[in-house]
Formats: sequence, structure tokens, C-alpha cells
Amino acid sequence: MAIVFEKTKGLTDKPTHYCPGCTHGIIHRLVAEAMVELGVLENAIGVAPVGCSVLAYDYFNCDMHQAAHGRAPAVATGIKRVHPNNFVFTYQGDGDLASIGAAEIVHAAHRGEKFSTIFVNNAIYGMTGGQMAPTTLIGQKATTAPYGRDEATTGKPIRMSELLATIDGAVFVERVAVNTPANIRKAKKAILECFKVQLEGKGFGIVEVLSTCPTNWGITPVEAMKWLENNMIPYYPLGNFRKPGEVE
Amino acid sequence: MEERIIIAGFGGQGVMAMGQLLTYSGMVEEKNVSWLPSYGPEMRGGTANCNVTISSDPVGSPVVVEATTAIVLNKPSLDKFETSVVTGGNLLINTSLIDRKSNRDDLNVYYIPANEIAIELGNVRIANMVMLGAYIEITKAISVDSVYKAFEKVFGESKAHLLPINKQALEKGAEAVKSLVNA
Amino acid sequence: MTKVLMKGNEAVGAAAIAAGCRYFFGYPITPQNEIPEYMSRELGKVGGVFVQAESEVAAINMVYGAAGSGARVMTSSSSPGIALKQEGISYIAGAELPCVIVDMMRGGPGLGSIQPAQGDYFLATRGGGNGDYRMIVLAPADVQELVDLVIEGFDLADIYRTPVMILGDGMIGQMMEPVEFKTEANKELPEKDWATVGTGGKRKPNVINSLYLQAEDLENHNIKLQAKFAKIRENEKRVEKYNIENADIVLTAYGTTSRIAKTAISKLEKEGYKVGLIRPISLYPFPNEAYEEINEDAKGVLTIEMSSGQMIDDVRLSLNGKLPTYFYGRTGGMVPSPEEIVNKVKEILGGDK
Repeated sequence: MAIVFEKTKGLTDKPTHYCPGCTHGIIHRLVAEAMVELGVLENAIGVAPVGCSVLAYDYFNCDMHQAAHGRAPAVATGIKRVHPNNFVFTYQGDGDLASIGAAEIVHAAHRGEKFSTIFVNNAIYGMTGGQMAPTTLIGQKATTAPYGRDEATTGKPIRMSELLATIDGAVFVERVAVNTPANIRKAKKAILECFKVQLEGKGFGIVEVLSTCPTNWGITPVEAMKWLENNMIPYYPLGNFRKPGEVE
Repeated sequence: MEERIIIAGFGGQGVMAMGQLLTYSGMVEEKNVSWLPSYGPEMRGGTANCNVTISSDPVGSPVVVEATTAIVLNKPSLDKFETSVVTGGNLLINTSLIDRKSNRDDLNVYYIPANEIAIELGNVRIANMVMLGAYIEITKAISVDSVYKAFEKVFGESKAHLLPINKQALEKGAEAVKSLVNA
Repeated sequence: MTKVLMKGNEAVGAAAIAAGCRYFFGYPITPQNEIPEYMSRELGKVGGVFVQAESEVAAINMVYGAAGSGARVMTSSSSPGIALKQEGISYIAGAELPCVIVDMMRGGPGLGSIQPAQGDYFLATRGGGNGDYRMIVLAPADVQELVDLVIEGFDLADIYRTPVMILGDGMIGQMMEPVEFKTEANKELPEKDWATVGTGGKRKPNVINSLYLQAEDLENHNIKLQAKFAKIRENEKRVEKYNIENADIVLTAYGTTSRIAKTAISKLEKEGYKVGLIRPISLYPFPNEAYEEINEDAKGVLTIEMSSGQMIDDVRLSLNGKLPTYFYGRTGGMVPSPEEIVNKVKEILGGDK
């Protein structure tokens, strides 16, 4: 019997704790598959954040660090400087990367640190129970924005990819989504390309992945896919913002 | 034997370097030494001072509060440190930049026109070495040969060619106090 | 071995490199800037890496990453910057990673001053970050001891898998004294088989972590940590004692303040007073047994600090009511003079010699 699909060796057998309908699982698989396909799993060192993916160190089948909230890019800097020939990545959510860790991600990019970041943007704090994130959309309800995010007092959602694409050290920046099979294929391609940038020693790379949180959005998984398409993608346009060769 | 020295002046007068040279020279003679600078914003253009201790015993407090000698290169330094010298101690005053006499009558006070002497030698920046030459002549705390040995260590190879003019400054400083003592 | 005259801060850098430290992550703050400056100048020459981080918070997290990757790594700062590093220090203690952290203390609280002070004693010895942890804290009194303790600190960090703090102040950082670098054969150190270097496909992943979501697991982890701290208390106390069996009064002070106390003692001895000294070199573990050795007829123990009184808590705990305790401190960057200490001693003894 021919094997048409098997679980990637890049993930452990530990069942994940993610909620039904959450797309973290898909993103984990894409990252793990990319490491296996590039042949870097065995020398990979990953950094898990604080947030829903805090336990990512149990799921990725490679050496891992668990980092303080927002500090994954600093931790990855320490790792990569010690092991410049290892493949190093961070896996971070939007509260972690865009809020408390804004300085760390900006300066890792600014120094052109040669590691890769997977940035999962689901427009909410998931782990702590649905508080407002810097990426929460205007009008979107959160437990700390019970009447919906109000631009007058909380500003507009921050677009991290566009921001990071202004920094010369960030040589690969792309935003993808995982709400449809076609988008998942594009996401995989972007992650592979981003990782290759590190392997070629070109600089810092980041893939922002628009992700769902049916639990905290308060809708079904299927509705969440549609909500992402109808609300997130118009505000957070998909596409590549920076590729090697574009940096002068 | 314990020499506790305060060296003070404007930033840029070579106060810190002079203290380091003195300290290094003491170390060359295998004495116990310490050098403690004032630090902070005043280093960038204001007054600067350092404390040097040269002792036959291990150095206790590196902070000099009861100085055996104060070397002052400008007037604010005289005003600030004149009272820090113990009775019978030495006060070396750079008269090129200080137009008043000491108010202390229990000290050995030496008036030295360090800037004028340095300018005569061709470089006002070695006024600090003139004062150091005077100090060594007065106290014999270290030998001038030790200063020569320490010079390159403190200032680096790139400044080694400046040793001859610095030697001259040390000698002129020594002469200046000899003539004062003889006068 | 020839002596060289070195500034305390530069000596820290030279000692770290001599100890095999090849990674330094820091952020500028007075009065310790000569440490990152020295490392930026020298580390590249020995194949090491210097990174000026975007903040003290980032710097300590870089240390976490590098230490978890098996490297000998150091960071340095001064009081307000050390406060910022507490997050990372707690994680490092929790994940049991070795590293050396240098605190050249300055006046506080808040932005404080840039002059020498000792107001970080609690922060250092109680574990300034969250959770139940301690770290080894060593307090050098002169530049030679600073060098020796930095070198030894790296070994202790590796042996116990713990952060080690070198607690100095602006004075020891800025002053110059003769030093020599005694290169001993390295102690036998445990292998870092826990470090992240890539699995190589030959073993299960190594994970550097301080998270234990199950309460039982975290309690067990804490029990293990406490057993380690107990071992540290058993083996790593360091203290200098002087004349405590015959003294009428014992002074106690650490770091640069102990030198001022020594000058005061020699003045007092000339006047016929019998004065002893206890100088804790390790602040954690605190050398409490030394205080039990004090002459029972002594009038008391005078703690001198450049703070409003922090180490005195450990002195009181060590004496356990056996002798009266007194305190003399200066703060804000003011340094006590030997004369002030002499006067305080005379006030306590009331003229009794």
C-alpha cells in the first residue's frame, strides 16, 4: 500500500493542547515539514514564546528554548551567535511579538540577526482568555475591549510586516494566511523561502501567518475561517513585502 | 610609608593620566597602590580629580580624605581640596592658573608656574608632568626612573616618542621646587 | 606572573576572557561602561562575540539563549539596569543555566546617581526576580579579588548550573589597582549535555525551560532547586575574619566599604581599641557561622554599608540576638569616611577601650 500522507518527523507524537478549529496546528505542521524538507531538523534550535504556543517546545521535534514573554528574538540572538551554523527559529504570537516584544523583534531585524520568525497573528490574546491585542481589529470585541476596539483610545491595529519591511536587516517579510487549502500551500512556500534566506546567511526573515481563534472570537471554526477572510485579510493584505535583493 | 595624594584640575589638563603614571610608578617599585577617579559628567570638560595611594602596607580605603599631598592645577581645585591636606602635608599650586595664595599656614606650600614652564618646553599639555616632577622631588615617594619605566605602559607605544619631552618636564618641575626650597 | 595596573571594569572583562567567556551581551549604563567597551574591543580578537543589545531586558534574554546553548557568557550593568534584568535572571535560575552577571552598583532608588552605593544587596541576595530562587553573590573588595572572583564565578556557575552575580560598586569599577591573572588548570566541570546544540538525530530534543504547568511538577522542581541552594550554602561560603576572638567591637562590611572599615580599624588600634572585622565575600551564601565565633564579651557588631541598612538583616539573623547590633550607613553615592566610622565606634564603646 502506498503512503500518500504521513505525519511529519518534525513534530513529536505529543497531542497538542490547541482548541478545536485553531490553526496553530496547521502552522506547526508547515514549519516542521519545511525543516524536514530543508534537512535542518537535526540541527535546528527553536524558541517558543509566551502565549497559546508556549508549549511549542513539546511539539517541535528539535532542541528548543522556552522564552520570556516577547523575548524570543533576544533568546534566538543568543543562540544563533553561539551556534551560527545551526538553524534557529522563533515561533511567536501577536501579543508576544507585536506588544511586549516589539523592541526585541524590531532590533533583531535591525541587527540583521540570521534567524527566522514565524509570527502567528490571530488578532487576540488567546492563552490569557481573549484580551485585546495590538492587532485586534477596530470594533472587534475582546475581554479588555468589551464594547469593541475603539480607535480613539486604543489606536489602530498595528501592521507588523509592513513595519518590519522598512528595516534593512529584515531581508524576507511575507504575510500569509491558513484559512483555505490554497492559502496553506502559499504559506508553506513562504516559510520555505524564509528559512532558505537564513540558510544562505542573508539576514533576518519573518513570515506573518493570519490565524484563527474561534474560542476567543466566539464563533465556530468554519465561521472563523470566513471571518478571517472577510475582516483580517482586507486590513492585513497578504503578499510579500521584502525579498533578498530588494534591500539596497 | 603611605602617600595619599589628591590631584585635581580641569578636564583636559592630564590630571587622570598623571595620577595613573604616579600609580603605575609605585607599582613598578612593588609598593601597594590604588588610583580612584572622580567620574561622571564632570569628566567631560568640568573639574576632574583623582586619588592616588602609594603605601608599604595594603591600601585600605582608596578614597583619600586626609591627603598627605594635594596637587592643584586650577583655582576651583585649590578652593575644594586645600582643606583636605593633613597638617604638615604638601600643597602644590599651579600659579599659572591660580592667582591666590594658600590660606593654610600648617602646610608645605609650593608655588609652581607649571603652564609657563611647559610652554617654554614647547607644549602646554605637559604642565601635569612639571607638577609630577615637583612632587617627586619634594616627597621622594617614588624614583623618577620608575616614572620612565611606567611611561610606555600607561601611554602606550604610540606615545613612546614623547618620553624625552616628558622627561624634560619632570626635570624642570624638580628644578622649580629646588629653587623654591633654596630661595 | 607580572602585575598590570587595571581599572576594575576592564579587569572584569579581562578576567572573563581569561576564564573562557566568549559571549557578552550588554547595554550602556554608568559606572560600568568600560566593561562592554572592553568586551567590544577584545572579544573579537579571541573569536568571541559582543552584542550591544537594545535594552538590559534583551541583553539578559540573549544571555539566556547563549547559556542554554552551552556557552560561557556574561552580562554587566549597574543598579537600574540590573533591576531590568530581573525577569531574565529569574528565568535563568528557573531553567538552571550558568552565567555571570556583574552589578556595579550606583545610588538609588530610581535613576538615583552614578556614584558608588550598595543598595542592591536585597535585590541580589534575595533573588530580585519572581519566584523562590537564590543565586551565588560574590562581593570583591579590591581589583585583584574582582578578577579572582569573576574567574571563579564562571566555574561556580557551571558546577551548580546557576547564575552568579559579582556585586561591586562604582568605586571598584572605576578604580585602578595592580592585578595578576592566575591561570589555574580548570576544575573538572560537569559536561553540558543539557545544552541545545541540535539533536543531530541522535537523541531526544533538549529543552531549556522554566515552565511547569502541573503544580506537582513545579513543586518537585522547586524542591530540587532548594536542595541545590542548600548545597551551595554548605560548600561556598567565603569570609575574611580579623581579630574577632579578642575584639571589644566587631565591624562588618562588604566590598569597598570593608576597606574603609579597615582604615578605621587601624586608626582605632593606634588609640588602643580592640576592633575586629568580618568581611563577607560571599553574600549568598551568607557566612553566618563567622558571627558565632565573635568573643562573647564584645559590646556588639557594627554593620557599615553604603545603604540605609540591608546586609544588617543577615547580620542580625546570624547573631540571633546574641549581641547588640549597630549600624552606620551613607547613601546616594556618599562614601563613609574612616573618621565617621571611628566616631561611631567611640560612641558605641563610650570611651571603653
